[in-house]
Amino acid sequence: MKRIFRQIVTRLRDRQDGPDEAIQTDGGVTADGVTADGTETVTRTRLRRFIDSEFVQSAPFWVPPFVLMGFFVYGAIGWNFWISLTDYSGFGAIDYTSLSLDNYWAMLNDPQIIEVTQNTFVLLVAFTLACLVVGLLLAILLDRKIRFGTGFRTIYLLPFSLSFIVTAQFWMWMYNFEVGIVNRTVGAFGLGPYSWLGDPGLVLWSVIFALVWQFSGYTMVIYLAALRAIPTDQYEAARADGAGTLKMYWRVIIPQLKPAMVSASVVLVLFALKAFDFLYAIWGWRPRRGADILATKMVREAFQRQEWAYGASIALFLFVLSLAIITPYLYQQYRQGNL
Amino acid sequence: MSEATIDVDETERSLRERVRLRTVALYSAVLALVVFYMIPIQSGLVTSFKTSRAVRETAPFVPPGLEGFTLGKWEFAFSALSDGMFNSLLFTIPSTILCAIFGSMAAYGLTLAKWRGQIFVFALFIAGIFIPYQAVIIPLSEFWNVWVDLEARLGFLWGLPLLARKHATIMELIVTHTAYGIPIVTVLFRAQYKSMSREMMEAAKLDGASMWRTYRRIILPLSVPMFAVVFIFQFTQIWNEFLFSLIIIQSVSDPAASVTLILSGLGEALEGVDFPLRMAGAFISALPTLIVYVLFADKFAEGVRV
Repeated sequence: MKRIFRQIVTRLRDRQDGPDEAIQTDGGVTADGVTADGTETVTRTRLRRFIDSEFVQSAPFWVPPFVLMGFFVYGAIGWNFWISLTDYSGFGAIDYTSLSLDNYWAMLNDPQIIEVTQNTFVLLVAFTLACLVVGLLLAILLDRKIRFGTGFRTIYLLPFSLSFIVTAQFWMWMYNFEVGIVNRTVGAFGLGPYSWLGDPGLVLWSVIFALVWQFSGYTMVIYLAALRAIPTDQYEAARADGAGTLKMYWRVIIPQLKPAMVSASVVLVLFALKAFDFLYAIWGWRPRRGADILATKMVREAFQRQEWAYGASIALFLFVLSLAIITPYLYQQYRQGNL
Repeated sequence: MSEATIDVDETERSLRERVRLRTVALYSAVLALVVFYMIPIQSGLVTSFKTSRAVRETAPFVPPGLEGFTLGKWEFAFSALSDGMFNSLLFTIPSTILCAIFGSMAAYGLTLAKWRGQIFVFALFIAGIFIPYQAVIIPLSEFWNVWVDLEARLGFLWGLPLLARKHATIMELIVTHTAYGIPIVTVLFRAQYKSMSREMMEAAKLDGASMWRTYRRIILPLSVPMFAVVFIFQFTQIWNEFLFSLIIIQSVSDPAASVTLILSGLGEALEGVDFPLRMAGAFISALPTLIVYVLFADKFAEGVRV
């Protein structure tokens, strides 16, 4: 008991001593601290200390951006949730008083939702895997010390710098039924012609192919950075063990690319969730059956059919999906000290 | 000559042969991929110069002959898109600059000052990158169109020279793009600031420099290369953005319509899509980003690599 008490006293004294010492270096305040009675000094120095703390000093730098971003991102998500509980549709003001979960029940009974969610998952998984594999091939090719390596990198990454709306125009032309290059190419092998953007069984894969064309350069850049970070003696050691090129990559190099793979796939999944622009540019409000995803369905319900509250509930579903991907990733990054 | 030397020569030659074969295979793979990545763009480019007849009669990747060549589609596309290009520049440039300033400030306050809980605040910034925009667009349109309604509120401004009603929408777009750009830019700057030594900050503090002074005198000059990366990356991102344009501007015929919004509805007619016109439009609207990309490819690749 006594020990604890003493500890508290010493701790309090330490606390008083700390700032006093600091203050003695700048003359004026010391005199103030000496004349005033004990308690006042404590509160004043505490205030002083609070103001001097890095938290307060750094606040003017991070608070304004944080407020702006926080309002538009987290404030808007909260607002979106609130709207999803109302029955807002059509024109007029939102009635925030009568709240219910009706929209979420409606989602469960909407046959389109199941189909659209399925398409979303197929798109996410196939697109992400394809980008990871193609990007890896590109990165390994460019890592073989070829001439004009940066030039080739620039070419492979070029589609990534273009807008979805622009690339959608190119691919509509590529997939054109009568004269498109894709049908000409498969025609050379005696196949087709196929209706790439019309056949419900094909459309999603056509979209995935075009998106892989656009985004594989991105994964390549991520891998290249990771490959460059691997020390060269590991290549040499593998060579000395008599491993062939393929074996060397498979056994030694690729396992070390795992962190790059994880962070690239998180970003790719989120790109795929945003693939709305591409689909809108090709089909407008209503994508062909088979290529309808959650993002397009949400925008259509809200901004075309004016079922705002229902659209908001789909948006929240989409948000929860992406949260399920981001949260483990961020937690893992935090555990590894990468944040 | 003895047999042994011939043998050595032989193995050396076959080895060299194998190396050469490998090099040939490597380069042909790389070049085949160049064809794959460029063909949609190349065929778009040649098609944009073709007359409707040449489109029907020539292969999509073959350049038009003299009689099938026309600049008409480019002229038409340019006249349709020039207002949109101007509008896009009008909101892309200010929001790029604002994003860079805010992002650098936030990264500084969150990285080079130490306080409890900063990791949590930073995590909120990171998560902000990954938010699907669908989750915010309904409140966003509600906020700008019903709650703020800049066009009515700033009504006194529109009589002034150089200002017009459409600038209300442009302002809304500037604020929106800035807000949603801050997270990624903060993360980019933080990656750089983390590598800066903490001792440097301590030394500046001991010399009695305030945080603001340290920022201006030490940190800002050191961040110039990162500012270049951020400018290039954010410029392309905001220029290419479509969903916010669709939600905030709404109509293709709005005087504030951005270039991506106009392109999405270009050349649509009942008798089908005018492909040469669309291709010309695609190139015109991609031109600023293409120029930036080709000139600063390295910086762009650096911005991608978060």
